[in-house]
Amino acid sequence: MKYEAVIGLEVHAQMLTETKIFCRCSTKFGSDPNTQTCPVCIGMPGVLPVLNKKALEFAIKTGIAMNCKISPYSRFARKNYFYPDLPKGYQISQYELPICEHGYIEIIANGEIKKIGITRIHMEEDAGKNIHGASAWGGGLGREVNYSFVDLNRAGVPLMEIVSEPDIRSPGEAVEYMKKLRTVLRYLGVCDGNMEQGSLRCDANISVRSLGQKDFGVKVEIKNLNSFKFVEKALEYEIERQIKIQEEGKKIMQETRLWNSERGITEPMRTKEEAHDYRYFPEPDLVPIIVDQKWIDEIKKPLPELPDTKRERFVSEHGLPEYDAELLTAERPLADWYEEAVRLGGQPKAVSNWIMGELMKLLNEENKSIEECPLKPKQLVDMLSLIDSGTISGKIAKTVFEEMYKTSKDAESIVKEKGLVQISDAGEIGKIVDDVIAKHPKEVERFKSGEEKLIGFFVGQVMKLTKGKANPQMVNELLKKKLSS
Amino acid sequence: MINLEYLENLRNLEPYSLTISEARNLLDRKEISVKDLIRSIYERIEAVEDKVKAFVNITEEKAMKMADDAQRKIGEEGRTRFLLGIPLAIKDNMCTKGIPTTCSSKILSHFVPPYESTVTSRLIEQGYILTGKTNMDEFAMGSSTENSCLCPTRNPWNLEKIPGGSSGGSAAAVASDECIAALGSDTGGSIRQPAALCGVVGLKPTYGRVSRYGLVAFASSLDQIGPLTKDVRDATILLNVISGHDPLDSTSAPLPVPDFTAVLGQDIKGIKLGVPKEYFIEGMEKEVEVLVKEAIKKLESLGAIPVEVTLPHTGYAIATYYILATSEASSNLARYDGVKYGFRAEGKDLMDMYINTRAQGFGAEVKRRIMLGTYALSSGYYEAYYKKAQQVRTLIKQDFENAFKVVDAVVTPTSPTTAFKLGEKIADPLQMYLSDIFTISVNLAGVPGISIPCGFTSNNLPVGLQLIGRHFDEESILKLAYAYEQATEWHKKRPNL
Repeated sequence: MKYEAVIGLEVHAQMLTETKIFCRCSTKFGSDPNTQTCPVCIGMPGVLPVLNKKALEFAIKTGIAMNCKISPYSRFARKNYFYPDLPKGYQISQYELPICEHGYIEIIANGEIKKIGITRIHMEEDAGKNIHGASAWGGGLGREVNYSFVDLNRAGVPLMEIVSEPDIRSPGEAVEYMKKLRTVLRYLGVCDGNMEQGSLRCDANISVRSLGQKDFGVKVEIKNLNSFKFVEKALEYEIERQIKIQEEGKKIMQETRLWNSERGITEPMRTKEEAHDYRYFPEPDLVPIIVDQKWIDEIKKPLPELPDTKRERFVSEHGLPEYDAELLTAERPLADWYEEAVRLGGQPKAVSNWIMGELMKLLNEENKSIEECPLKPKQLVDMLSLIDSGTISGKIAKTVFEEMYKTSKDAESIVKEKGLVQISDAGEIGKIVDDVIAKHPKEVERFKSGEEKLIGFFVGQVMKLTKGKANPQMVNELLKKKLSS
Repeated sequence: MINLEYLENLRNLEPYSLTISEARNLLDRKEISVKDLIRSIYERIEAVEDKVKAFVNITEEKAMKMADDAQRKIGEEGRTRFLLGIPLAIKDNMCTKGIPTTCSSKILSHFVPPYESTVTSRLIEQGYILTGKTNMDEFAMGSSTENSCLCPTRNPWNLEKIPGGSSGGSAAAVASDECIAALGSDTGGSIRQPAALCGVVGLKPTYGRVSRYGLVAFASSLDQIGPLTKDVRDATILLNVISGHDPLDSTSAPLPVPDFTAVLGQDIKGIKLGVPKEYFIEGMEKEVEVLVKEAIKKLESLGAIPVEVTLPHTGYAIATYYILATSEASSNLARYDGVKYGFRAEGKDLMDMYINTRAQGFGAEVKRRIMLGTYALSSGYYEAYYKKAQQVRTLIKQDFENAFKVVDAVVTPTSPTTAFKLGEKIADPLQMYLSDIFTISVNLAGVPGISIPCGFTSNNLPVGLQLIGRHFDEESILKLAYAYEQATEWHKKRPNL
């Protein structure tokens, strides 16, 4: 039997506001425990939350970018449960009336554009962090302790929960969706997308059904997927597990499972941890959120061009293949770099090739982002014109490019300094070709007796003698002519 | 211009028995010093507090220290601030920076807030002096001030009786002259009912009129802070100070605040006064009914026009209230978990610590309400209880809106009974809940209500008259209350202690 996975993702994105969602404490990451707290975010008696307008604006911005309907009337709700890192005993979240609904984003799946529905986007506050064990004390207590500690710096940091429709059909698509989500959030500047620091966290809902079946299978939730790799691995594992159960004729249990990255498997969570009745009800300490069209328009106006629009434009205006356009638009600074090069006269596909080939290779080697790239678009464009004019060969250009990247010098001076100008003089190349033929009589004989692929050997020898500067086309032509005569 | 005879009369009074406006007059004329006034208050406390037990914390040392400073500023300032040097008592559920705020609960018995509530901040800006924090039903849950982890407060008119609740400490402190005036909080009648039972004035402003920041929450959508005073003028003075939008409380209304003292003395001729037939019910004390009806006649003789109105959903108010208030409370009180502050009981693991802390830290009534609220919000019951109750709440609100299309204010008894005996209803929560039958709808509708003294029963217990106004129209009911007060002497009576 053939199976099909049905996947929906719930992504928590930490918003890049300077202050928390319901008080004015800083959201900075990595400070000493409990130094970024106040009576409001540690849940002291009698204090009240006040909504950070920036957080609301970010949520609306995200909703617009993800083609959502922005609710003119939405409200907060309380999600009640006890846990030491939850200072009020409830999390202020949204439940019945979220700020954004009914949107979608586009991904490229099997070379085609596919829409993934966004069910809803809602705002909520993050919880704090529990730190367990004696070591958490940092010494100084003089004895072994078995305490746990609570750091509430993160409590009240604004989050968006972005819930997708069950439109995703494979682990690969799930990763593409996550990547696209991250791209859009970073374009908007509403989330830094840093998965290691937990700025972007993901839970997945997954079921498996036989291909062609309409009804959904029993759904399993997987928590703790904090990298693209884990999303993919966990879903792959889970699909296999669920198919196996079905083939054995057994029933899949609806449950919450946890991804264990060390063992590479999903494990059931203890039932105690998931047996929550959150007793949601409208938050009486906050007034309903009323958003008028005027404000939505104001937010919309300065929105940057979004990745999908950019991608379409790169395809239609620059004639780039979808694949190139998708990759180039994944990061806004990368798209900007590319576009600057094109604006300066670079041929789009050539620019794209150099970015996706050499530039990415060099950046990856140093683990650098495009923002840290020492090379300016102008330098690439200048180098491309040296190729076009025949001053350097494409092969030499790789050397020049690397040199530009390392020294920040421009292409022309590198070519001059290193004497890399291409030899296009037929006489000069002809002499060297004669030389090579004279030195390798055996190979010439073999070539003449039909071993034509030996041409590569001869080209190599010429290039070696000219340090790669000989115009490869001319070398080819001359070799063929002289060898066959 | 001040009348000399009036001034002479004031001079002959004990300073502790003064109202805010009277004390202001004497202080500004240097007839008495702030120190005299404060000392007088503490002498009075010394004399009667053993019997009344209105306070959980008396802040004498701090108050005496503040007296000198206040005295210096009188006359120094171009226009003396309204409350400069005036000793007030505050219910112990309003946070006072550096001063314990316990809500009369063991779970907060050692809690000292590092912040000031907005209302007390505003009192501080006006120069008030805190005399002490008053006793209350634990977390404002109760109608008799018996649910205090410390001890019950007594009714100054009869020490065998309860003072009402939950602001029983504030009401008793005002009635027994242990303070010049006080603040209380009202979720279902907690200012008005004890005001009625102690023979003082108690005002619950419109929901949203006064900031709740720093008021330890019982039921967020119903809680409102208000004054308990010796007369209506003082209520307007305090309301002026505490009202107005607060950026720290999103539910406080961004509306301008009128000068409420301006309505004092205005004519009430032609004001239409709704008398809801649902508020004169069987089971009411006969004498209460008689006194309230006499008071309505009095208002009529002053020019108001009584009109019978109907508030048809009144019968559902108590049930609705006890679902919504307990639901919110179950969530509001979740933060008292022993982790961060307040009382903690040890336990073998986390769950055990939670259970022990909350089992030992909360009293019986609080636990009962947490359980009720938790149940009402549980999945499978939410629709039938919480949601339904919200819908009925809307109907109750509409009842008032409809009535206010015809009348300018509504008049009712504040409480169906006078003060009852200590322990009489403590074992019967439903009977206790009925104490608030006439006050609860006002909170559900969010409208303002005031209770003023309207007479005494044959066994010398005070009875309260409740006036209810439109949203943000405290002025109409204050105008009526003042006119009635001017025409009667009830507010001048003091208990013999």
